[in-house]
Amino acid sequence: MLPIILLSILGLLVLFLGFQKSKNLLLPATLLVLVLALIANFANWNDAPSLYFKGMLFENKLTMAFSGIVLLSALLIAALTRGFIDDEAAQPAEYYAIMLFSLVGAIMMIGYENLLMLFVGVEILSVSMYVLTGSDKRNLRSNEAALKYLLMGSFATGIMLFGMALLYGATGSFNLMALKSYVLTNPSPSAMMYVGMLMLLIGMLFKVSAAPFHFWTPDVYDGAPTVFTAFMSTIVKTAGFAAIYRLLSGSFSGAYTFWWSTLAGITVLTLVAGNITAVYQNSFKRMMAYSSISHAGYLLLSLTALSSQSQDAIVFYSLAYSLATISAFGVLMIVGKETGVRSHEVSENFNVFNGLGKKNPLLAFVLTVSMLSLAGIPLTAGFWGKFFVFSSVVERGLTWILIVAVLMSAVGIYYYFKAVIAAYMREGEAGTIKVPQFYRLVLIATTIITLFFGLLPDLLKGLV
Amino acid sequence: MLTLSLILIPLIAGVITLITKNNSAKQLALIGAAIELALAVVIYAQFQPTAAQQFGFSYPWIQSAGISFAGGIDGISLLLVMLTAFLTPLIVLSTFRQPYKNASTFYALILFMQSALMGVFTATDAFLFYLFFEAALIPVYFLAAVWGGEDRIKVTFKFFVYTIFGSLFMLVALVYLYYQTTSAQGHISEISAFYKLALDAQKQGWIFWAFFIAFAIKMPVFPFHTWQPDTYTESPTPATMLLAGIMLKMGVYGVIRFVLPIVPLGLQTWGTTAIVLSVIGIVYGSIIAIQQRDMKRLIAYSSFAHVGLMAAGVFSQTLSGVQGALIQMLAHGINVVGLFFIIEIIFSRTKTRNIEQLGGITQRTPHLTVYFMILMLGSVALPLTNGFVGEFLLLRGVYEFNIWLGAVAGTTIILGAVYMLRLFQKSMFGGKSTFTEHFADLSFSERAVLVPLVIMVFWMGLYPNSFLKLTEPAVSNLLQMIHY
Repeated sequence: MLPIILLSILGLLVLFLGFQKSKNLLLPATLLVLVLALIANFANWNDAPSLYFKGMLFENKLTMAFSGIVLLSALLIAALTRGFIDDEAAQPAEYYAIMLFSLVGAIMMIGYENLLMLFVGVEILSVSMYVLTGSDKRNLRSNEAALKYLLMGSFATGIMLFGMALLYGATGSFNLMALKSYVLTNPSPSAMMYVGMLMLLIGMLFKVSAAPFHFWTPDVYDGAPTVFTAFMSTIVKTAGFAAIYRLLSGSFSGAYTFWWSTLAGITVLTLVAGNITAVYQNSFKRMMAYSSISHAGYLLLSLTALSSQSQDAIVFYSLAYSLATISAFGVLMIVGKETGVRSHEVSENFNVFNGLGKKNPLLAFVLTVSMLSLAGIPLTAGFWGKFFVFSSVVERGLTWILIVAVLMSAVGIYYYFKAVIAAYMREGEAGTIKVPQFYRLVLIATTIITLFFGLLPDLLKGLV
Repeated sequence: MLTLSLILIPLIAGVITLITKNNSAKQLALIGAAIELALAVVIYAQFQPTAAQQFGFSYPWIQSAGISFAGGIDGISLLLVMLTAFLTPLIVLSTFRQPYKNASTFYALILFMQSALMGVFTATDAFLFYLFFEAALIPVYFLAAVWGGEDRIKVTFKFFVYTIFGSLFMLVALVYLYYQTTSAQGHISEISAFYKLALDAQKQGWIFWAFFIAFAIKMPVFPFHTWQPDTYTESPTPATMLLAGIMLKMGVYGVIRFVLPIVPLGLQTWGTTAIVLSVIGIVYGSIIAIQQRDMKRLIAYSSFAHVGLMAAGVFSQTLSGVQGALIQMLAHGINVVGLFFIIEIIFSRTKTRNIEQLGGITQRTPHLTVYFMILMLGSVALPLTNGFVGEFLLLRGVYEFNIWLGAVAGTTIILGAVYMLRLFQKSMFGGKSTFTEHFADLSFSERAVLVPLVIMVFWMGLYPNSFLKLTEPAVSNLLQMIHY
């Protein structure tokens, strides 16, 4: 639980660093905090699973792995911000502090042992996201996105809270273990229990943008500054899925026959809606928004199956997806800036990548690896992610959903390759693109890790 | 170790080629491919013609999923390994007169492709096979899409998405089969472990289709061929040679390795459908080939027709059908690479591939005429050339399966002669056109490519047993598994 404490206290310090005239210290300080949190997270890796804060939070290898993915993503994304030096209206101290605080929420969502902690975690993360989405204050689209996110998000939170209340009514407890024993000991639970379970799930599914609760995603992702889009699409998603997984595999596994069909329907809908709509996007950023919906679908697939493979599959998939997404947004940020295409005036279309292979081979390669990984082509981490997810589904014997998923991954290849084709095969303007040192480090790191786990997925898979 | 080196040498040579800049790329690539050929010859010499896997290697790779990095060579693999090792240096050599931009990347991709193909043909782990099957696609996609003709982006994209789409079904089938296996260590993904599964007929039917779609797209079998003519035409000639000469065989090989032994009951139910589709492809491809003016397109359709016959032979599950398919894979690879190269020679000199605009070339270049003639006759399956042996066995296999299908498939001999002779006559004979007025004779490097191919045409035609006896034990072993 050290990371939560560290992030809260040091986050405050970062906020106060903003009073200084020079803003140069902020980025290094933030990175330092994140590195410390990452170390603290894995410090007691070998300890037995344990409860903290009077049984409100839980920690084992699984939660540490999820927190690790979240913190690593945050570290990489924070490095991509470059201290917001390009934006005069930016308030870096606040942004960094909010990012750090939001991580506290994420870690609470991962390690909750009590539904109240889940609620608090979701709120901390969501409110931070509302603010960051609207951080580009003078941009109408950013404002619209923030407002939309806030309104829709509040509804979802409301539904979720209502669900928790019903669960409390049915079982008399917010504790995960108490819920579990209630489900197991009551062969015919009350309707209140089922309704509560569904409402809680709906609230959570909204946060991870599963269809049909996904309509906010494209607009919010598109309107938010790109760096925060990357933040949202990796950290919120990983934390959200960790939360749902712990809920379903821990508390509600006894009621599998009840919820699996609902979840299966949502999975299919998410896969189809995400992938098919992504095909029609001209804007890369919007495509990535729909792609994030489709990846939510694959993760849900593994949740629906809930077999012995599911846990590994979800951890691996989250990591592979986060790395590839960060690479993709990182490249988009540089290329978008250099070609003078600002999100303020022109949408970030696929054609910003035209001729990237000539302008900067490194960026083109990073983009290609990230697209291949997202599309699930062999020898990238994304392939094994899909492989493990599909394995978990076969183990449960849900072949018909698997066929939908396979068809949809074929569709996925189509839209991811549009970016690769633009980079290598279309002619762009002449000139080269310079990559700032920090970006280079981050992008090389994400690419190498993606390829590394593409070759040796076993290293990660056996750990948790 | 030898088998592993087959996969690693082109990979290492490719990386070296990629790092060294453009000047010496083609020489390096040729050296790499030549070393690989030498290694393949060593393997050929040491190979014992029995049914057993030889030169095997196995390293644990992804233990939690039971996947190992394992390969080996039996008669079926050996033939395709030889084909790949033999053709790749010739393909590299065939580019010597043609400067390609970013040459180091270009040649590195060819070598990466070779490495992946070797992996496909030698893998004994099902998932390893799948990985190489996919990995082979990426280099050739970039070869075609970056160095190809005008319409390349659209055409190659269709090719890429189409083939990946197919192989995803195979992945599902493999994962499913993997979960059916049992052993002391849990599930195993060795291909030979899949052979022992006896699933019920309905399940086998599903798995048959999953495999069939994957391999039928790769070959291609009618009606999954629509990507093929465009891709062959738009790709740069070396990529076309790789696609038609070797990659197409991945599909046929896959059917022999997976479909026949794993889903015999599925084949019983659906085999006729598969053969009918293949036979439709033979006739359909041939008839379209007769109409073509573009030489490259013509050969593309002829290749589609030929692979239809190979597929029909394999699906007939007869010894002569499968043996014929194997020998025909070798023959077709040699002939089609030679023909595409001759087309490239003509195109580089005249800047046209339209047979209406050509003619009279024979008066300028007797050498080219002779080589072209021999390869053409090999492709038409004249007795004493390599094509004859394969087609004869294949037709016999299909005939044994069903007389009427055999008869329809037999039209390939007549139709093949029509389009090939038409191609030869219109381009080589007749009066000179403005395009063919100044036609330079063959250069040394061009002859260096054509002579080995022509030697192989005769060798295989005159003494096919040197290849047939290699594969026979493995094939009859495979067929015994089906007809138990």
